[in-house]
Amino acid sequence: MAATSLRRFGRSLCWVSRRGLSTSCDDKVVQQNGKSMNLYSAINQALHIALETDTRAYVFGEDVGFGGVFRCTTGLADRFGKSRVFNTPLCEQGIIGFAIGLAAMGNRAIAEIQFADYIFPAFDQIVNEAAKFRYRSGNQFNCGGLTIRAPYGAVGHGGHYHSQSPEAFFCHIPGIKVVIPRSPHQAKGLLLSCIRDPNPIVFFEPKWLYRLAVEEVPEHDFMLPLSEAEVVREGSDITLLGWGAQLSIMEQACLDAEKEGISCELIDLKTLIPWDKETVESSVRKTGRLLISHEAPVTGGFGAEISASIVERCFSRLEAPVARVCGLDTPFPLIFEPFYMPTKNKILDAIKSTVNY
Amino acid sequence: MSFSATKLAQPLTLNTTALITKQEGLEVYEDMVLGRTFEDMCAQMYYRGKMFGFVHLYNGQEAVSTGFIKLLKKEDSVASTYRDHVHALSKGVSARAVMSELFGKKTGCCRGQGGSMHMFSKEHNVLGGFAFIGEGIPVATGAAFTSKYRREVLKEADCDHVTVAFFGDGTCNNGQFFECLNMAALWKLPIIFVVENNLWAIGMSHLRATSDPEIWKKGPAFGMPGVHVDGMDVLKVREVAKEAIGRARRGEGPTLVECETYRFRGHSLADPDELRDPAEKAHYAARDPITALKKYLLENNLASEPELKAIDKRIDELIEDAVEFADESPFPARSQLLENVFADPKGFGIGPDGRYRCEDPKFTEGTAHV
Ligand SMILES: Cc1ncc(C[n+]2csc(CCOP(=O)(O)OP(=O)(O)O)c2C)c(N)n1
Ligand SMILES: [Mg+2]
Repeated sequence: MAATSLRRFGRSLCWVSRRGLSTSCDDKVVQQNGKSMNLYSAINQALHIALETDTRAYVFGEDVGFGGVFRCTTGLADRFGKSRVFNTPLCEQGIIGFAIGLAAMGNRAIAEIQFADYIFPAFDQIVNEAAKFRYRSGNQFNCGGLTIRAPYGAVGHGGHYHSQSPEAFFCHIPGIKVVIPRSPHQAKGLLLSCIRDPNPIVFFEPKWLYRLAVEEVPEHDFMLPLSEAEVVREGSDITLLGWGAQLSIMEQACLDAEKEGISCELIDLKTLIPWDKETVESSVRKTGRLLISHEAPVTGGFGAEISASIVERCFSRLEAPVARVCGLDTPFPLIFEPFYMPTKNKILDAIKSTVNY
Repeated sequence: MSFSATKLAQPLTLNTTALITKQEGLEVYEDMVLGRTFEDMCAQMYYRGKMFGFVHLYNGQEAVSTGFIKLLKKEDSVASTYRDHVHALSKGVSARAVMSELFGKKTGCCRGQGGSMHMFSKEHNVLGGFAFIGEGIPVATGAAFTSKYRREVLKEADCDHVTVAFFGDGTCNNGQFFECLNMAALWKLPIIFVVENNLWAIGMSHLRATSDPEIWKKGPAFGMPGVHVDGMDVLKVREVAKEAIGRARRGEGPTLVECETYRFRGHSLADPDELRDPAEKAHYAARDPITALKKYLLENNLASEPELKAIDKRIDELIEDAVEFADESPFPARSQLLENVFADPKGFGIGPDGRYRCEDPKFTEGTAHV
């Protein structure tokens, strides 16, 4: 794993001016047949490929028939027919239970939950059935073909119920993988990997980036490896770790810190479970400092798990306590969203206090 | 009126004995105009960037809110959905308090803490807007249990309060709906389940999402009356509502009422509303419940044009005033962010100096936690 990240040293990054962290643009494939697209189009393309390459793949959920509220499933029903791409009634627990049954029969069940906030009615099915299907049946059955897609995170004005980041809940259930992309290219490659992975996966899509993040994405069928973190920016003074939409905020903080002479290494974790401890560990061994940032409330967030693991592994190498810049321990607020959020300035302040510890 | 599995969907019958007194007619008209005008103003304010969150308007469905809620007492409770502004208004929450809430202001009915999909009023027994599909139904069922318990176990003879739960057609395919029909019938609770069947759940047509689209039939299946009523006709809704509320008050148990209605705007203000057939929209636009009531009042000499115009004008002024009030009201203090997470703020968000940590100017510097 460390070797993988080393191979990425020296890569130049191509940032788009809009919000959203781009994938590196020196990828030869991208240059050959990449096409500029936003994140929802990249998801849409991945779904087209998934259905095209596997006749036992199905896409379903609330409103997906007409393209979904975020347009991610546009054109799928026309192309693949209503028996493979279909609307479900408004019943999340039923949707996921149904998806588990479909997957257990050897299919690829790609279920959409309209907003991650609405995944909780299905929580029981995910925790008690999906996660334990293989284990409980002594490997006679599994629902590895199950992928649950759900838009998560802040959008600037979403209020209590259209903004939450529930990823940590799903990291506490052995048997489920959790994956979150940071950009269109990543979204396409990771989603295809998730759909084809032999384990049930919850794939959270940063909805703030659906339209805002634009980058070159290869048109062809490709997959990006799960459980491999990526060093997206090299540095020597502190390691910054995050996922999803937060990566672009952290990148801005890195640039500001650089102006003050602090060299930050930025890592995109991408797969939260099972996570790439080696890449994170080798970076922290190098920098001696770690800052983790996520939108979800700090207490019990996945940052806490990472912090504990890294302290266990790198205790003697750490030169400062692990910093966490996260959402506040409150419900996601209405008008105080900017105040709740782990903003660039909060990250910058924490970088400085960690480096000067 | 016979209740079990009766289908009531005749067109508005005119020139019969008046179904409503003049005073009632004017009150009902005023409430519907209030709902409509308020929502139109919301659209304007939303596009001007005055509102936060997702905003779902009620235009077209006024006969349901007015038809039921205007028959309730203050002590009766109402549970709503994310399309909740008008239910709150009908229940007596002031336009000022609702508008301010939408603006995220301190003077809002929830102190600006919730916004559009989160209308609550302790004073008026509005149990909340529930933004998650189906979640208000069990809450309403629990509230109804309280009324029954107070009356039957605690022997509070005057506690004949009822609860009305409003929700959509799409929501009727959610398990919580069925779970609650069972509980309410099992325990004979004083509750009315009011389905606002506007034929669509965002982009899903009711007819394509539901095995048996006649929702009212699910009442008898659980042992309670089920009624279908023309939800574009406030007088018919009132008639059905009277019977159902009376039944609940008398301790005779729950009723399921399906009101066939239509929303005149997109699902939310973010919805371009491209999926619904223009002919379907035109069909229901021609059955505007406010226009229909107006016609009825005039034709039955229950009101004159000038009287109705005066109401329209009064409501326009009321809404203008609500906007001005909301606009001028202050935003809540920063401490609002940390208040009310727990009952006791001590140990949460309070610094050693006894003040909320977020009031500390250094709070934004990242390393401070609540
Ligand atoms: C648990 C949950 N799942 C999904 C949603 C997204 N959603 C919001 S409104 C809606 C459609 C509801 O339709 P209906 O019950 O008919 O009510 P209407 O909007 O027509 O008033 C959906 C799917 C939600 N709010 N909650
Ligand atoms: Mg509906």
